[in-house]
Amino acid sequence: MLEVPKASLSARTPHTGPETTRLKAEVRQLNFYYSGGVHALKDINLTLAEHQVTALIGPSGCGKSTFLRCFNRMHDLYPNNKYVGEIVMHPDNTNILGPKVDPIEVRMRISMVFQKPNPFPKSIYENVAYGLRVRGMRRRSQLDDKVEQALRGAALWEEVKDRLNDLAFNLSGGQQQRLCIARALATDPEILLFDEPTSALDPIATASIEELIHELKEKVTILIVTHNMQQAARVSDYTAFMHLGELVEFGDTDQIFTNPRQKRTEDYITGRYG
Amino acid sequence: MSDANINEIRRLITRHKRWDKLFALIGLLAMLVGVATLAVLFIDLLIDGAPRISWDFFTSFPSRHPGSAGILSAFVGTCLVMLVTALTAVPLGVAAAVYLEEYAPRNWVTDLIEINVTNLAGVPSIVYGLLALGLFVYALGFGQSILSAGLTLALLILPMVIVATRESIRSVPGAIREAAYAVGATKWQTVSDHVLPYSTGGILTGVIIGLARAIGETAPVITIGALTFIAFLPPAPIKAEAPFVSADWLFAPFTVMPIQMFNWLSRPEEAFQINAAAAGVILIVMTLAMNAFAIWLRYRFRKRIKW
Repeated sequence: MLEVPKASLSARTPHTGPETTRLKAEVRQLNFYYSGGVHALKDINLTLAEHQVTALIGPSGCGKSTFLRCFNRMHDLYPNNKYVGEIVMHPDNTNILGPKVDPIEVRMRISMVFQKPNPFPKSIYENVAYGLRVRGMRRRSQLDDKVEQALRGAALWEEVKDRLNDLAFNLSGGQQQRLCIARALATDPEILLFDEPTSALDPIATASIEELIHELKEKVTILIVTHNMQQAARVSDYTAFMHLGELVEFGDTDQIFTNPRQKRTEDYITGRYG
Repeated sequence: MSDANINEIRRLITRHKRWDKLFALIGLLAMLVGVATLAVLFIDLLIDGAPRISWDFFTSFPSRHPGSAGILSAFVGTCLVMLVTALTAVPLGVAAAVYLEEYAPRNWVTDLIEINVTNLAGVPSIVYGLLALGLFVYALGFGQSILSAGLTLALLILPMVIVATRESIRSVPGAIREAAYAVGATKWQTVSDHVLPYSTGGILTGVIIGLARAIGETAPVITIGALTFIAFLPPAPIKAEAPFVSADWLFAPFTVMPIQMFNWLSRPEEAFQINAAAAGVILIVMTLAMNAFAIWLRYRFRKRIKW
């Protein structure tokens, strides 16, 4: 195995978090190559603490979305992309990038919320229920319960409970994004991925999503990509700064923003580039 | 900005806008050529044929007497052939398009197949007739039947259905596909629950446009041996005795509207030409009705989809 870069695993296993914090996933020496041969991720090592929010920040094109999409094997949808390295999920120690692991199995454990709200052109109810239907749930009463639970979890229930059969497109942008969060939550994922979830939303909708992320970490481990540093500072417990496909620095959000150890991190946070 | 400058700019705009007006005029004329041609053709047919169109015209078999001749066998023949065509071309075309668009690996074999599918649309229809004569009529022994004709026309419109379906499937945004995959759907679940339902409008439009073309095809149907004079209907698909359904109609001899028209046109008596004009009006109305149906379907299916 390659030499582990400084400021890596052992050094940063949650040393400042609450004593009870456990690891949900470990990324070990992850490299990713796009089909054209572009080396998009270079030797990434990172840990996700259970029931904590980890934020990925960095300038455009630094590979943070590419990294996020490794977690639910989205890159498998397009030919000739290549992963090297491991992402190990705990407690079962499954390497979700392993060749024997079906990407569908990974996506059933790890949900994702996309940058632009992307509800299906179906009813609100069917949007939330889709993940459950894919898992073979047919009983109406069971579906009803799960859909309500997920919509409550996404703080949308009160607004839509009387019009569950309306088309999802009739909701506002912020509501659509919360619907997408409900869709992702309905299947009780272990990890929830957010890919710049508020970049298409206005400040009020953004605030409500951020508040939601704060509440959701009670139930689920969260990894969020954001190009908004204030957002990372507001919602996350840990922050990773990426640049040119490398993980430059990873640590407590407070530490990263107040006392970055790397020059590049400091330059980015203070707005010298990005 | 000085007055001189402003005037200069205004003059410039006026000059540029002249081209706007000129092009609008040319465009309008170009459009009128198309619309007027269709209108003149249709009105001419209508003037000749309208007096002949009556209920009797629909319910009579062809006859030696132009006054009592009708299009019953041709009309029924056309409907049945179209049924076979649609039932064959839709599943084949949609499945082929879904395979090409969603499943096929991106390599030179797929590229070759794609180019060939597009080229198939340009093959003259009589060539399909020759192929069908050898394959369906003789090799497979379907005879000069409704089945042979339906399959021939299905082959003819297959490329159109494939191309329309692919276009329609491609217009479903990648974000929607990713959303389905992200909750753990398989490829087939994504296709059957999302991609196909959201592209139904476009697929149906392509199918109907294809059928509207097939309905007027004469050459391939003559090639496989459609009769020009038929004074009986194919056997009914439902029977009184067990097993109650019958596929005999598939193997029945038949004629279709364009062939009936062709037959009447080749008669010396002028009264038969009027019959041909009347049948032509009905054929055009059938085609226009199908196109209108396609537009309505597209509108209905697109209404709830906003992208």
